Formats: sequence, C-alpha cells, structure tokens
Amino acid sequence: MLTPCDNRVSIWSAGDLGNAGLNGEYHGEPHLLCDIQHNGDVMDMQFLDQERLVVASSTGTVTIFRHHQNNQTLSANHRWEKAHYHVDQDTSCGGAACTGVVCNNPEIVTVGEDGRINLFRADQRDAVRTIDNADSSTLHAVTFLRTTEILTVNSIGQLKIWDLRQQRNEPSQIFSLAGDRVPLHCVDRHPNQQHIVATGGQDGMLSIWDIRQGTMPVSLLNAHEAEMWEVHFHPSDPDHLFTCSEDGSLWHWDTSTNVSEKPSFLHQGGRSTAYLSHSTINQSVVSAWLSNDPTKDRMEITNLIPNQTLSVNSLDVLGPCLVYGTDAEAIYVNRQLFA
Amino acid sequence: MASGRRLGRGGAGCPAPPGPRERAALPGRAVGPPAGRGGRCYPALTGSVAGTGHGAPSSSQVFVVRRDQDIYIQTLRKLFNESHGIFMGLQRSEEELAGKSRKAHLVQVSKNYRSVIRACMEDMHEAAGKFDPALQGQYSTQVSILSAMELIWNLCEILFVEAATAGPLLLRLLDWVRLHVCDVDSMVREVLSSESPSKHKLFWNVVDIFVLQGRMDEARHLLSKEASANPTSMNMYKILDELMKKMPVPSIGNTQTLTELELKWQHWHEECQRYLQDGTFASSPHMESICKILLGDEDAILEKKELMTTWYHFLVTRLLYSHPTVKPVELRFYAQSSMDLFLGGESSPEPLDMILMAAFEFEIHQVIKECSIVLSNWWFVAHLTDLLDHCKLLQSHNLYFGSNMREFLLLEYASGLFSHHSLWQLGVDYFDHCPEYGRVYLELHIERIPLSTEQKALKVLRICEQRQMQEQVRSICKIMAMKALRNNRLGSALSWSIRAKDAAFATLISDRFLKDYCERGCFSDLDLIDNLGPSMLLSDRLTFLGKYREFHRLYGEKRFSEAARLLLTLMTAHIAPCSFWMTLLTDALPLLEQKEVIFSAEQTYELMRCLEDLTAGNPDKQKFQDDDVETTKVEMLRLALARNLARVIVKEGTVEGS
Repeated sequence: MLTPCDNRVSIWSAGDLGNAGLNGEYHGEPHLLCDIQHNGDVMDMQFLDQERLVVASSTGTVTIFRHHQNNQTLSANHRWEKAHYHVDQDTSCGGAACTGVVCNNPEIVTVGEDGRINLFRADQRDAVRTIDNADSSTLHAVTFLRTTEILTVNSIGQLKIWDLRQQRNEPSQIFSLAGDRVPLHCVDRHPNQQHIVATGGQDGMLSIWDIRQGTMPVSLLNAHEAEMWEVHFHPSDPDHLFTCSEDGSLWHWDTSTNVSEKPSFLHQGGRSTAYLSHSTINQSVVSAWLSNDPTKDRMEITNLIPNQTLSVNSLDVLGPCLVYGTDAEAIYVNRQLFA
Repeated sequence: MASGRRLGRGGAGCPAPPGPRERAALPGRAVGPPAGRGGRCYPALTGSVAGTGHGAPSSSQVFVVRRDQDIYIQTLRKLFNESHGIFMGLQRSEEELAGKSRKAHLVQVSKNYRSVIRACMEDMHEAAGKFDPALQGQYSTQVSILSAMELIWNLCEILFVEAATAGPLLLRLLDWVRLHVCDVDSMVREVLSSESPSKHKLFWNVVDIFVLQGRMDEARHLLSKEASANPTSMNMYKILDELMKKMPVPSIGNTQTLTELELKWQHWHEECQRYLQDGTFASSPHMESICKILLGDEDAILEKKELMTTWYHFLVTRLLYSHPTVKPVELRFYAQSSMDLFLGGESSPEPLDMILMAAFEFEIHQVIKECSIVLSNWWFVAHLTDLLDHCKLLQSHNLYFGSNMREFLLLEYASGLFSHHSLWQLGVDYFDHCPEYGRVYLELHIERIPLSTEQKALKVLRICEQRQMQEQVRSICKIMAMKALRNNRLGSALSWSIRAKDAAFATLISDRFLKDYCERGCFSDLDLIDNLGPSMLLSDRLTFLGKYREFHRLYGEKRFSEAARLLLTLMTAHIAPCSFWMTLLTDALPLLEQKEVIFSAEQTYELMRCLEDLTAGNPDKQKFQDDDVETTKVEMLRLALARNLARVIVKEGTVEGS
C-alpha cells in the first residue's frame, strides 16, 4: 500500500500578539516557520514543553520533535517505533495507529488502535510501562485525570480510569453510556474541577460526567450531526467548552451566563460582587455543567463557522485564541474569541 | 513523458491518444494529482504500459509512466481545496438569486476562482526559490500553465459570464490586456528610477506601451518629463498631450450612449488626423508614431510588435483606436484578422491562440474542447464549464453516453481526485452535484479507498450513511470488522458490526469468544462482555454470550438460585446454541452438587429433558458412546440429576415447620 510521503509537521507563527492595528484587529496571516516530514498521518500531537512536541502517527510510531527557535528548524529528537502494533512487534506490517497522546512533562502517555496504553518518559529509550490489551476495542483518546491517573475512551462507549501507580493491568473504574454503546472519540477534564469530565461520541453527542458518582453521564447534550472529534475546556476560563465535528461545525458552549443564577445577596453593590471568592463562582459554574435541568440551563451555544463544508478535525484554545483545522486543508486562527 | 491520462487508455491494440508533440506548444504536463481517465489510473509510482503506436500491429511501444513530482501536488493542493469551497458555494446559492444580482454573483464567483489561481501562482513562485535548480524548470512550466489558465478564464469571464456589451466590453478587454500581457512594470521601474528618464533607452518603449494599452495618464506623465527635458518639443508635446487627454473612452456607468460616444470619437479622430497631416509632429518620429497609433493606423501599431508580444494585445489596441464601440458579435472578425496580421504567416498559431480565438468567436464548446485536449488535468474545464452552465450558456450538449458536458467533466475531475489518498473527500462533493451518474460513480469509488486508519474508515462511513448507501456501509464495516478480528481486537470488531447492524458478524464474534472460553476455560475481554448493554440484542449468539457471562457472575457472587434460573432459561428458551448445551449442563453440575438444593423439581425435569434431547438427538451416537470422557460426563450428569431430583422431591414434599 502506498504510504503517503508528503505529510509534514509544521510550526506556524500566528502573528505577533503585539501587532494590533487601529481597531485592535490583528493583521498578518499565519505564516510557516518550519516543517519536517512525517511518516504516516498525524493522529494527535501535544507540546511536551516550550521546545518539544510529541506526535502520534498512524504507523504506530510516537516521535518527539524539537523546535529550534534560533534557526527555526524542526528535528526529530526521539522516536519510539512500533509503540503500537497488532499481533507482533517484529512484523513489518503490524503497525497499529496511535490515536492519542497526552503529556505531563516528562511523562508521555499514548493509546492506540491496538488497545494498548504506553507510558513513556521523555528521556528514556524504552517504555516505562506498557499495558497490553488494556482494552479489547480501539482506544480513541487519553487525558490526565491526576498526575498518576489517566482517563481513556474507547470504541464501545466506555470511559475508563487507570491508576498508573498500581501494577495490575485493570482499570480502576469503568463508566459507560446507558443506551447503545456509541463509540467515544474524545475526552477532556475540567481544568479546575477534576471530577467533571466531558466526552464526545460518534453520534455527535456531548456527555458530561461526574466521576465521583455513578457510572453514567450526568448530562447528555445533543450536539453535532456526526462524530465529535475533539472537545476542550478552555484552560483558563472553564465556563467555556469547545467541540468540533465531522459535520464541519465548531461549537462554543458558554455557561458563563449562568452567573445570573447566583443567590440574591451577591447582587448587592458592585464591590461585593467583585469580591466574590473564587470558590463561590466555581460553585455556580459547577452546577452549570452538572445540572440536569434543561429549563434552567442558560447555556449559549454558538457555531463559530459560518460556511461549513468539510470536517473540522482538530481544535485548540488558549487565552483569546482559537485554532482549528479542517479537511479542506485549511487552518483557521481566531484571535478574538471573547470579543 | 506520458501523463497519467495516457496510462488510463493504454493497452495493446488501443489507438494512442494525442501524442506529446501536439501538446508541446502549451506544455500540458499533468497538472495536479495523477488524474486518470475515469479515475481508473493505477496509483503506482512507476509503471509501464505496452501498446501499439497507432493501431498498427507491427510497431509496439512501451510507455513508461510515472507519477508527478510531489512538489506539484503540494502547491496545487491549495488550488483544489479552495476551488472546492468556491464550487460548493456556487451550487448552494443556486436558487437564491435572480436577475442582475445573480449575474453579479456569478461574476464574483468567477473572480474568486481566478484569485485562487493567482494565489497558487504566487505560492509556486515563492516555493520555486527554495528548491534546487533542476526543479526550477518544472516550476516555471507550471507557473506558465497556471498563468495561461488565468488568461483564458479571465477572457471567458468578460465574454461569457459578464457578457460585457459594447462600450464596457472594450474597457474590460483593456484591463485584461494590461493585467496579463507583457509585464510593463519592471520596465517602468527601470526608466523612472534612472536619473533622467527621458534619456533612458527604454523611455519611448514605455511611452509606446502605455499608449498601446490605453494608459493615457501614465503616458502623459512620462511625456511631460520629456517635454521638460527637451523644451524645443514643448509645442508638439502640448498638442499631443491635449489629444491624449481628450480621447473619448467608453464609460462603465453608461453616462453616455453609444451614439454619443461614437460622435465624440469621430470628432476627436478627425482632429488627430488634421494634426498629423499638418506635419505637426514631423520633427519627432516618436511622437508622430504615437499620433498614428492614436489614429488606429495598423501599420504603426504593428511596428510595435515586440512590445505587444501577442496578437490579442494587438487586437485590443486596434479596437481601442479604431472601433471603441465594438460589439461582442463583431469581435470574431477583428480577432481573426488581428491574428493573421500579427502572425503574418511566419508562425502558426499555438494551442493557446486557438483557445482564445474560439473564445472571441463565442464558440464555448470549442473552447472547452480545446482546453480539455491541451491540459492534462480536468480541473480547469470542469470548473469553468460548471460556471458557464450556471450562466445558462450551455445547451444540453448531449454526449454519446447521455450525460451532459458539465456532468461529464465533473465526473472525470472527481474521479481523478479519488486516486489521491486525501483529496478524495473533495471528490465526494463533486459527485453529489452530478445528478445522473454521480451517485453510481460515488458508490464505486468510495469502496475502493484504502482504509489505513479507523478514523479514515469512519469518515468514509459517515459519507455513505449520509447518502443512504447501505450496501457500502455494510461492506466497509465488514472489512474493518474482519481486520479487527484478524488482529484479535474483538471489541473493535464488535463495535464495527454494531455500526452496520450486522447480526451475522456479531454471531461470528460471539462464536469466537465462546471458542476462546472453551479452550481456555475463562473469558477474555471481560470489559467488553460485561458491558454489552442493549447491543446484546443484535444477534442471538451475542445475547447468549452476555447472558452466559452473567450466569458466571451470578455464580461468582453466590447467587445460586438466580444463576440456576438463568442457566435453565438459556437452554429452554433456545438462546444457547445446541453445540453449547453440553457445556451448560456441565456448568450445572456444581449447582446440582451443592449441599443446598438449588434446582426445583420442575427445573430438574427440564434439565433431564435437555440432556435426553441432547443425547438422543445426536446423530453421531456411535462416536459419542465411544468417547470415554463424554460418556463419563453424561453419566455423571444423569447421576447428579437423579440425586437432585430425589432430594428436591423430599424437600418439596416436606411440610414446612414440621
């Protein structure tokens, strides 16, 4: 089979943040700084630190690339070949796609179509730990729950927690959807409230889970019309959630309007409202994500893409910036997300 | 070098398609992905096709084909992706507009297409700098092809999409010439940046070209430099300047009617004539020739052949200075004569010339046909034809197999896209907008996309499901499920069969699980079986598997009576396959042997009946009896059942509390 040899990992500059024009708009398009050839499709990637990037490939290889900022080049720093494989690591065509990677410097966790979980350390040649056959189906995504625990989702609709401190190769907890075992494709954890987890499914459904209680999701929100590829809480403003899908849309879920639901004493005077302790704010926000009552839910949902055609495969959000990529081979940068 | 298109038609005994010689003038190397005829191009990197030359049995040729350099594909991908977006936008906006706004919209779409071509050219220019010199040549070829495409498209936009009428027509043609023909800017920069521009050797060239392109203000500006440097010609300059300033040109806004314009122009023309005849410019040959050009003197214009470089530039200049109110229908005569005069029998027209001529003659089909022959990629003709079709300019020009030209070209283009590992997604949308054969083509192509990752398979499946292509959904899910099964990923296999609602495959997977259980005595992948949920109902075997596992769980939790009930149900309700009954009965043994009586009398009778059914109905009775282990099992069962029966009868017969 032809292995396409024109896949590249590229680093772009999205424009100087200090370069605001007259009305505060950014001029200048993203331009390419450097790129490097990559073997196989890029299934997932994440920055390990300021300079290093971990990339998961459809050939089952996990590579660390280093971005040299002085001369703007990329080089392959370290590679774990056949991190994911079917049947036999030594057969040439036994590679299985590595579908998800997550980093917590220096640890790297990868999952793949072979149902395997690998734990690597950036400076070590071999895997620190491998859980073979962790799952009988494909693991689609992984994220850290705590520094020693990870969350995985698979193609039979299960959300599993794995405790990496324990030596046994069993998940410490399994959650699953109530109805049909619709595959789950993405998972993300609330940045501050570690028990709130969001997952996206093949039917475009967004599920919010409270992993302290029960084995079923707290709320199911009918979202997209096709697979939801990625879900992200905004890292600094977790009232906001972003999802992107095969149907070509990117939705912004905004529960911050729920602040008006606060008890009355907090409305008195500008000073006291500004003085609200952080935990109180989070309390009402928690109820926003976890509340089951759709009539009370004042969640604003906006589709950020005006003319949708092809799938939006991936997105990332940081501060006021949103980046997403589509199947039309285009990358979009929105630098004024909350304007 | 044969292009991908050739490969598709190669084969022993086939008449060869137009050879490379006929394409030499407009280097029609394959532009874009290896577009084979109907997409049946082999995606191999290299290959060879043996074929006879021109149908003659004696000579044979071997064609060596190879894929395009990656570079082409890299920079042209933007073209394909962006034009796909424009195409989709055009299809969707079909019903919304009418009348004038529709035309304006179509012109905008056309401009969008052109700007994409130009963006691609710029990218290629940039990229050319980065690659080694060996590839420079190929790059410049590509750039010239793209530039030619934009030239043709622009002309088609003026003549067909916008359908400019007399008056604006000339202005548009002037813009066209200024934009595309002979790059004046570098010359201008050189002249202006010199110390005394009017002494520069190219000075008069620049002035001439400005005049030839109708850029009066710029010409006058330069001339003023000459006048200030050369005071003796001040008088002549003033007159010429005045003439150039007063020249009547058509206006866009239609502030004047054509008749008015013609009148004015006539007066102006006569004035120029007078000045020339009076010998006003006799002392300056340059200015005299400019005046002659203003009068539309063909010989004077033809003298500047090298500046104009092309016959169509000559045509437009001619029109500007002799027939500014030219009507579209009159273009063909002027075009033909211009070409003849310009080429003057020295050189024969190249393919590009023929295409432009066909456009001036308003032979749309001819334009498309010529472009199809010359360019070896369907991109250009497919999109242009689609646009022209939206302008309602193509009559249903039925081709021999029944579909119209637009559809034919779109099908060919999209089929070509399908041979690319990633651009096939664009092809899907093109097929969607081919009403007659699009669906069939899509059905055939979509099954042949190599599914290297699950994500890709999911995308393909989504496309099929959205279009109700059930067969393809089933077949793709089966392929993925089979792959998963072979890699021992039973959970994945099950997930694929659930997606396709494929009961037969689910049965297969369950059998595999059960087989594993029989061999090893324990279940693999408990996380899957324990959490089957409603998908258990997909197939009987799967239901059995789930229930059987539940039985084991109940047993493990020491809920014996429930386990016993379940076990019995499995057999009596015929959920369990007959082959498994023995195993089930053997599982019943420990329950029968328990201190406490679990099975009731009724249940025991049922079990006995099952055992008898099993032993009686077994065709291989002979073999059965010979096998010691089996016989022992049966005997043990009979014994256990009998003992249990005895105990339970006693227990049930005993009155409680006595």
